[in-house]
Amino acid sequence: MPVSSSPPPILDSSLCRLLFLGSRDSSTMRKCLWLWGLLFIALGFAWSITAERNPRTERISGSAGDVLEDDPVGRLKVYVYELPSKYNKKILQKDPRCLSHMFAAEIFMHRFLLSSPVRTLNPEEADWFYTPIYATCDLTPTGLPLPFKSPRMVRSAIQLISSSWPYWNRTEGADHFFVVPHDFGACFHYQEEKAIERGILPILRRATLVQTFGQRNHVCLNEGSITIPPYAPPQKMQARQIPPDTPRSIFVYFRGLFYDVNNDPEETSLTPLMSGSGARAAVWENFKSNPLFDISTEHPTTYYEDMQRAIFCLCPLGWAPWSPRLVEAVVFGCIPVIIADDIVLPFADAIPWEEIGVFVAEEDVPKLDKILTSIPPHVILRKQRLLANPSMKRAMLFPQPTLPGDAFHQILNGLARKLPHPKSVYLKPGEKILNWTAGPITDLKPW
Amino acid sequence: MKLSALQQSYLGRRSNSFRSSGPLDSSSDGAFKSPAAVFWLVLHGLSCLISLLLGFRFSRLVFLLLSTSSTYTSPFHSPTELAKTLDIRSVIPADPVGNVPLPFPNKTATNSRVVVGRHGIRIRPWPHPNPVEVMKAHRIIERVQTEQRLQFGVKDPRKIIVVTPTYVRTFQSLHLTGVMHSLMLVPYDLVWIVVEAGGVSNETASLIAKSGLRIIHVGFSQRMPNSWDERHKLETKMRLRGLRIVREKILDGIVIFADDSNMHSMELFDEIQNAKWFGAVSVGILANSANIDETVVEKRGEEENPRMPVQGPACNVSNMLAGWHTFNTLPFAGKSAVYIDDRATVLPRKLEWSGFVLNSRLLWKDGDKPEWMKDIDTLDGDIESPLDLVKDPSVVEPLGSCGRRVLLWWLRVEARADSKFPPRWIIDPPLEVTVPSKRTPWPDTPPELPSHKKPVIGIQEPIIKHTTKTRTSRSKRRSKRKHDETRTDRRTTGFDKTLQN
Repeated sequence: MPVSSSPPPILDSSLCRLLFLGSRDSSTMRKCLWLWGLLFIALGFAWSITAERNPRTERISGSAGDVLEDDPVGRLKVYVYELPSKYNKKILQKDPRCLSHMFAAEIFMHRFLLSSPVRTLNPEEADWFYTPIYATCDLTPTGLPLPFKSPRMVRSAIQLISSSWPYWNRTEGADHFFVVPHDFGACFHYQEEKAIERGILPILRRATLVQTFGQRNHVCLNEGSITIPPYAPPQKMQARQIPPDTPRSIFVYFRGLFYDVNNDPEETSLTPLMSGSGARAAVWENFKSNPLFDISTEHPTTYYEDMQRAIFCLCPLGWAPWSPRLVEAVVFGCIPVIIADDIVLPFADAIPWEEIGVFVAEEDVPKLDKILTSIPPHVILRKQRLLANPSMKRAMLFPQPTLPGDAFHQILNGLARKLPHPKSVYLKPGEKILNWTAGPITDLKPW
Repeated sequence: MKLSALQQSYLGRRSNSFRSSGPLDSSSDGAFKSPAAVFWLVLHGLSCLISLLLGFRFSRLVFLLLSTSSTYTSPFHSPTELAKTLDIRSVIPADPVGNVPLPFPNKTATNSRVVVGRHGIRIRPWPHPNPVEVMKAHRIIERVQTEQRLQFGVKDPRKIIVVTPTYVRTFQSLHLTGVMHSLMLVPYDLVWIVVEAGGVSNETASLIAKSGLRIIHVGFSQRMPNSWDERHKLETKMRLRGLRIVREKILDGIVIFADDSNMHSMELFDEIQNAKWFGAVSVGILANSANIDETVVEKRGEEENPRMPVQGPACNVSNMLAGWHTFNTLPFAGKSAVYIDDRATVLPRKLEWSGFVLNSRLLWKDGDKPEWMKDIDTLDGDIESPLDLVKDPSVVEPLGSCGRRVLLWWLRVEARADSKFPPRWIIDPPLEVTVPSKRTPWPDTPPELPSHKKPVIGIQEPIIKHTTKTRTSRSKRRSKRKHDETRTDRRTTGFDKTLQN
């Protein structure tokens, strides 16, 4: 017991003695005070940093594994509307091809949600509401979806849910989400000019759209939409894996059309593919004689195997910026070379695409070989390592049965990140924002 | 109805994943007709008729001409030039001046409100591979493949120690070059121990120096005898000599016996990395069976199991070593070659050394090695097969998916004992051969040939360059030397034939 001046009465309590490490001396007490103060400040810093960093680490995590492995179960609840089967099952029965084309995500999402733990049967506790409409299932004989009836179908479905349940009118759809995997999303047209003219369907303007189309500053991409990859058949791709020690000997690989050759015999000119971009045509014209570029319009049977033997896979935009090639490239470990200005890639807030792929501006296509060869080898190896991450591959796929970390979960994670809904989405009674009669007259007809 | 039919026809013409954009934009389902729609229908019908008459797509041309009046985002030329540029194929290669954005012919018939940047087809002035970029790309490919090998290939590859007995003879160049090139391709560290019978010679040294490998070249005092049996015994001694070098220098790695007459596959070197102590691989035996075909064919009909020309480990169902395949030498009994010069089949030993690999630590004097390994200093001379190096043959590990993969081939081809060849295979005129041996395989050559050789060669070169003019003169010269059956003459006929073709 140090003999010193009598301590002030406040320090007699045992707690204070504990705090000040049993010292009664004023100088050591001051030192202890400083120590505790520093400790608190440090704790405060740490807390603030971790609180701030959470969104940032999710976005730029180098291993691409952090956010991708988030489990949405427990973070949100989804209520699935029971629509009559003419909106979903009957359409699928009419044309089962819808299950295997690249827009099949809407069907598989419905099936996933029906049996997922995030589904709730009590709409009062739901955070998000899902309307199962298979809007992209009206196929031509060759398998292309016709979007002409989709606006009417969606309208009729929303009329149904707004009259049978009160939840649509509560927020005018702001806590509802729809899966619209068609070319230009909810603009419901395959030609870009027409799609832009129509814009997003007016009644869907407040809802969250889960779509494959993503392009910055474009009418058909709403702020807050979730971009997903197009559907690619997982079993087919898994079945065609080759041993990983097969040396990658193709430098650049691409298979697809460069010119849109109309089937007119007398047509001598070749239309460069799609709305004037010319990126694919430029690739062909500049590099058709280059042995490093394995590009052609053939449909080889070894397409998947060849991708696994290539270092770079080109993903130039065609009639829409997105393409299943991105998914295939990621699954097969081929670095995607994305030639599409202002494209928004799937799950862009969870996957660090700059670190995984190579972005080339459309006007830089003539210099593509220089751009690709000037990437330092260690960067290339790092990209390959990131691509080899199995969670990366799983995030691009829609497997059946579902696996943790796959594209379904990424969609749910994206929806969970948008929670909680801001108070402003809840409308005051009597308030109406959406114009139900907007849009071309043909859309207003009943379906 | 017509509109939807039109629409269907347009859509039907699309290929699976790509769309066309016809000049007549297909609007939404046309169940109703407005006056404008009717007007367009009539116009379309009219242009169809005109197209039928003219033979090409008239409507396109009209729309193109009409569209020149509206504004675009991309530059456009006058309508007449535009009509010429319809054939874009010819334009593109002919117009490589700078990064000229070429016009695309028939799109943007409507006023495009596409916001995202669209450029024409940009083609650089010289759209061919740039050699600098190609080299850089190849280096990148190499680096990626090295990384792949590191990741998926053998982990911790050990050094490979190759022991090769050799001696100077005609076929040495052939055999040794083959082995040398195989070893140069091996992606692992390598040490090549060349044991030469008859002492170290410049011939061998100069041959193997070209490889750039790490070589230990030692000589063995005895000369190669002429009978196969003796040869095998001497080679065994030479290999033991090589093993002793491994022990002296305390080399660490996997020892493989690469006879210079064998052919090795690259997978062999990857597979032997899996050997822990003592491994065995299957060797394909290519015994030249030219003379005994009839008996072989007969016997084959009777036997059930076809004879495999393979030597190596045999496994039971649970992939454990059960025994050994050896090459069946019964058909050759009594007819095999005894001496080097014999034209009969050369038979392999029961178990060739080249089918075995061992961890070099087994040869070290001290260090932890299994107790079933005999000390090589205690053995000398009569070792029939490498299995005599171990006390218990069951410890041998079968490699190459339990002996099912044949990774190297044994083939013994040698020239006659007295065959001569120019040293280092350089013909240095004048040849010093004064007394041609009667037993060389080459036919008798007249002694004046060496002096004629050079002028013959000299004359023939310019003759090749002229075509048929001098053929008659050459054939005259040919008839003069008809009786000469030299190799040069054969070469002449060869050239003649090519000219005739």
